[in-house]
Amino acid sequence: MAGGIWVLVAREDGAVRRLTYELLGKARELAGQGRVAAVLVGGEGGVDAEALGAYGADEVLVLAAPALAAYTAEAYTAALLPLLAQERPEVLLIGSTAQGRDLAPRLAVRAGAAIVTDCQTLAREDGALVAIRPMYTRKAIGTVRLLPGRLHIAVVLPGVFPVPPRRDRRAEVRRVPVPPEVGSRARVREVRALERETVPLTEADIVVSGGRGLRGPEHFALLEELARALGGAVGSSRPPVDSGWVPHDYEIGQTGKTVAPQVYLAVGISGAPQHLAGMSGSKHIIAINKDPQAPIFQVADLGVVGDLFEIVPRLTAAVRRRKQAGP
Amino acid sequence: MEIVVCIKQVPDTEAPIRIRPDGSGIDETGVNLVMNYYDEHATEAALQLRERFGGTVTLVSVGPERAREALRQGLAMGADEAVLVSDPRLARADHLQVARVLAAVIAPRRPDLVICGKLSTDDNAALVGPALAALLDLPQATAVSRLEVAEDATHALVHRELEGAVEVLELPLPALLTVERNLNEPRYPSLPGIMKAKRKEIPVLTLEAAGIDPEALGTPGAVLERLAPPPARPPGQRVDGQDPDAAVEAIVRYLAETAKVL
Ligand SMILES: Cc1cc2nc3c(=O)[nH]c(=O)nc-3n(C[C@H](O)[C@H](O)[C@H](O)COP(=O)(O)OP(=O)(O)OC[C@H]3O[C@@H](n4cnc5c(N)ncnc54)[C@H](O)[C@@H]3O)c2cc1C
Repeated sequence: MAGGIWVLVAREDGAVRRLTYELLGKARELAGQGRVAAVLVGGEGGVDAEALGAYGADEVLVLAAPALAAYTAEAYTAALLPLLAQERPEVLLIGSTAQGRDLAPRLAVRAGAAIVTDCQTLAREDGALVAIRPMYTRKAIGTVRLLPGRLHIAVVLPGVFPVPPRRDRRAEVRRVPVPPEVGSRARVREVRALERETVPLTEADIVVSGGRGLRGPEHFALLEELARALGGAVGSSRPPVDSGWVPHDYEIGQTGKTVAPQVYLAVGISGAPQHLAGMSGSKHIIAINKDPQAPIFQVADLGVVGDLFEIVPRLTAAVRRRKQAGP
Repeated sequence: MEIVVCIKQVPDTEAPIRIRPDGSGIDETGVNLVMNYYDEHATEAALQLRERFGGTVTLVSVGPERAREALRQGLAMGADEAVLVSDPRLARADHLQVARVLAAVIAPRRPDLVICGKLSTDDNAALVGPALAALLDLPQATAVSRLEVAEDATHALVHRELEGAVEVLELPLPALLTVERNLNEPRYPSLPGIMKAKRKEIPVLTLEAAGIDPEALGTPGAVLERLAPPPARPPGQRVDGQDPDAAVEAIVRYLAETAKVL
């Protein structure tokens, strides 16, 4: 293997996602003295590629072609294959986004790679890559070993690795030719932004989540105000989605998103195992629930037994006051 | 329209699980095993298409013999036939090898659509669907939350949820889809459906019987080495919210001093 740790740059609306920096930090650590490359598919499009050096990339490989303007699994796979075959990196890190999860298995098959998803730690053990990932609705933690001798692809959850401190360093930028036959049978007609006023859920430092205890769609406004005051995003358990109070992309848990923010505030959520599966990796968990027996208190670092309708508006006001007063 | 749905049998997510003392897996005695939740949505999608276009819905599973029961549930929902590949040599197979077995069974049927759940709730891997698409050389759409198939069944228009956006993708058939739970509402098996499913034979094939050369599956690239209980969280602090102002003060203090986000 020619070696090196690669990171597929994840973007949103053209801008580099924080998850990319998290992966670059981990790649730098795994690479030791070896090389770290960031792979930017679809061209720079306003991204300062050299600046990825500040987070640990030695070089940035840029693949630009009209067929790569919009993400499709087929075109991205076809564009990456010759590059992987030629340069033979040891590990490719891909962020666990909707696109990353779509692409990685297809690429793994075509590249003859070993693959593991949902990674929340990654380490090297005598030549092999070893990942730790939640399983069985987070009731167990699995250790998965990727056997040496082939490319390793690891799909990494957002928020589990820290963004490395920025260094004063620029990456080398290398444009890589894209084979002319690269294309896709599937065609992206449109990417429609959802109306979400706050930060994307999987990237927010603070997630304020509501459950059935909110009693109706109108009360999610309470959480939106609190999230805005804190600079966070709003999520939910499953009943508010099933009742149509909030769209499905708010849902956290087994059948929703996995989040790992600095702070997770569970409001009127009982803490069913399927919900815990999506949020118990959060650094700090604060729960507000009127039932002292609610299972959410078993994972909460700070458990508040009380009525959310009394507490949340006051909390929003207190946070606003504090922010206005300055640190 | 010929549709194949991939089915996995998994432990019910409600149930507590017991990890075997040696960490080699979970102890399945007494565990309620069910059809993977997303596969119910996949089956429902297939049945709806069959209602519109005619044709057959075939269920395929790779797993132990007991996985028959999950297939039987799909038959009871209304699927036409089911096939199970069960072979002790697959006990340590990784996801890509399972996808290879599925591909070998599915390819000769030349389906118009292959539908999988977006992931299975036991391991959450979300690998088999897109891996299978690559092996069958089909265009793919994962985590589909809306599906419209054209009148002439030549292509489909799907919605996929991205982070904060929806992607509208057009793909020609044949294709492979993995489905989100908000795509549809899975039907319950009807009583006549259950009776009919009971009488249906579900062939259980070894690798050879399925026409698969075990050598061609290669060696697993990813090996689950051990399972362990999640690390226990240290007990948290409790506050009484009867006095909302005191509760708010405690939360603000926690956010500022412990979590350091204020
Ligand atoms: C296959 C499967 C997958 C699932 N996937 C998910 C998933 O991804 N995510 C998910 O969340 N769920 C999921 N579920 C559902 C899950 O089992 C629970 O039903 C759900 O999480 C409960 O949501 P909840 O906590 O909001 O509601 P409840 O369990 O009804 O809890 C509401 C809580 O609000 C509290 N409350 C009520 N009023 C107030 C008040 N005024 N002040 C303070 N507290 C109040 C109550 O004490 C109660 O604890 C899944 C279920 C299945 C079977």
